[in-house]
Amino acid sequence: MVNTSTPIKAESKNLNFYYSNGHLALKNVSMPIYENKITALIGPSGCGKSTFLRCFNRMHDLYPGNKYDGQIVMHPDNTNILADGVDPIEVRMRISMVFQKPNPFPKTIFENVAYGLRVRDEKNHRVVADKVEEALKGASLWNEVKDRLNDLAFNLSGGQQQRLCIARALATDPEIMLFDEPTSALDPIATANIEELMNELRGKLTILVVTHNMQQAARISDYTAYMYLGEMMEYGDTDTIFTRPVRKETEDYITGKFG
Amino acid sequence: MQAQDTQNKQSASVLADLDAVRAMIRRHKFNDLVFAGIGLIALMIGLLTLLTLFIDLVMDGYPRFNVQFFSDFPSRRAGSAGLLSAWVGSVLVMAVTFLSAVPVGVAAGLYLEEYAPKNWFSDLIEINVSNLAGVPSIIYGLLALGLFVYGLDLGQSILTAGLTLGLLILPTVIVSTREAIRGIPVAIREAAYAVGATKWQVVSDHVVKYSQGGILTGVIIGMSRAIGETAPIITIGALTFIAFLPPSPVTDVAPFLNFEWLSSGFTVLPIQMFNWLSRPDHAFHINAAATGAIIILVTLLMNGTAIYLRYKIRKNIKW
Repeated sequence: MVNTSTPIKAESKNLNFYYSNGHLALKNVSMPIYENKITALIGPSGCGKSTFLRCFNRMHDLYPGNKYDGQIVMHPDNTNILADGVDPIEVRMRISMVFQKPNPFPKTIFENVAYGLRVRDEKNHRVVADKVEEALKGASLWNEVKDRLNDLAFNLSGGQQQRLCIARALATDPEIMLFDEPTSALDPIATANIEELMNELRGKLTILVVTHNMQQAARISDYTAYMYLGEMMEYGDTDTIFTRPVRKETEDYITGKFG
Repeated sequence: MQAQDTQNKQSASVLADLDAVRAMIRRHKFNDLVFAGIGLIALMIGLLTLLTLFIDLVMDGYPRFNVQFFSDFPSRRAGSAGLLSAWVGSVLVMAVTFLSAVPVGVAAGLYLEEYAPKNWFSDLIEINVSNLAGVPSIIYGLLALGLFVYGLDLGQSILTAGLTLGLLILPTVIVSTREAIRGIPVAIREAAYAVGATKWQVVSDHVVKYSQGGILTGVIIGMSRAIGETAPIITIGALTFIAFLPPSPVTDVAPFLNFEWLSSGFTVLPIQMFNWLSRPDHAFHINAAATGAIIILVTLLMNGTAIYLRYKIRKNIKW
């Protein structure tokens, strides 16, 4: 249905997800995530897009009683990251995440970015410092903070904090980066900065982003998936989804008739 | 002319309405005043009673507020009797209490909050821990007499007293640890897990660090309760008249530490006060009053420190 020459980085296969209260939040979701592309998940509140995103780093495992049924297969190693034998920590080492609200640790700017490396037992100060600098540059934050790396992260503005969280997620060289509505808590200028940053990451990193802002999906993504009531309604390259959607429901949502 | 009249009438009725509204607001505000008055009286009942007690103790005991009172051993003559062995005993017992209650209490709180599965059994434990905080202290004394003094044969020593009071404040430490941990937002935990941290990395790098303020506050409040405890200490058999100091914990020969003090007999401030109070000679009652004022001051100082530390640690953490 879409471009077949781009390699696939991960693939969700017949994924169902049950919350601990028995609620079936994802119904038979199958879709590919293309390597070094930005894939956007859109849909009305409660449609399961964040639930789907959080399956990719096994965040649901933090709360007892949640259950996955189906597969998310990573390429090229063909590991099903939802399999019982796969440690969620291993999955999170490969796939990092940026949350809806900026959530820096009450530590210094430097330590926030370095934390992923500390967790990976990186003891070499030179390596840590280089990686932190690289990640902060990657998150377009370096010039603003290079002179105050030892300041507390809470002293940054909301937009800067979110870019710091992006740097924290970048510092560990993830194979996929997840963004869960990364701009919904930010003002328009900070939002524009984050979108610009994501555009810069395009082509270098596989990104999966949840957004409830359709213009944002249209601006930043290569592929778009429209979800509704836990189901994948339509998936395709962003231009097609926004100009010639196949399904009536997708068109209604995109044109604002509903949602 | 007609129009003018209507306008006057209208403005008159608006004014009348406004008067009614203002009268109503005055009535409502009167209720504010009434409650503020009742609240203030309620507050003063507690505060003034304590203040009167404190002033009374200070006035009775002021002739003894001098250096000798702190550097003299107890004596048969009230005028030359001092608190030396009592305050040294209190300090040493508190040290044991701190060192035993903090690691155990914090570890238990962390386990309950972070590791224990949430089921009926952990609920039962939770209820029991909160309940333990309300058990009368003399019960702890009896337990300690059986367990530490006779069972483990630790004797009527500083170690026994410290462990007993440690046990006594353990529930306070556990509960305050759990509350401090619960104050950490889910978003911060998820952020740490999301970069690949294990449970222990999340606990040691984040949970313990960000809950320090709350834990410390709980510990100090527990300690300030323990320093005034009398019943359990009497139960385990503290001495009431000691004219010697326990062996010093620090020595001038390697390894510079000495643990003999742990097994030494001892007395503490509230026991000394109790002892002086039970003498018939009124001169000793002056000593008791002075000791009481000192205990209240120390407690006040400890609680003040707790508030200050909480403020200071929380200053850099905003959520």
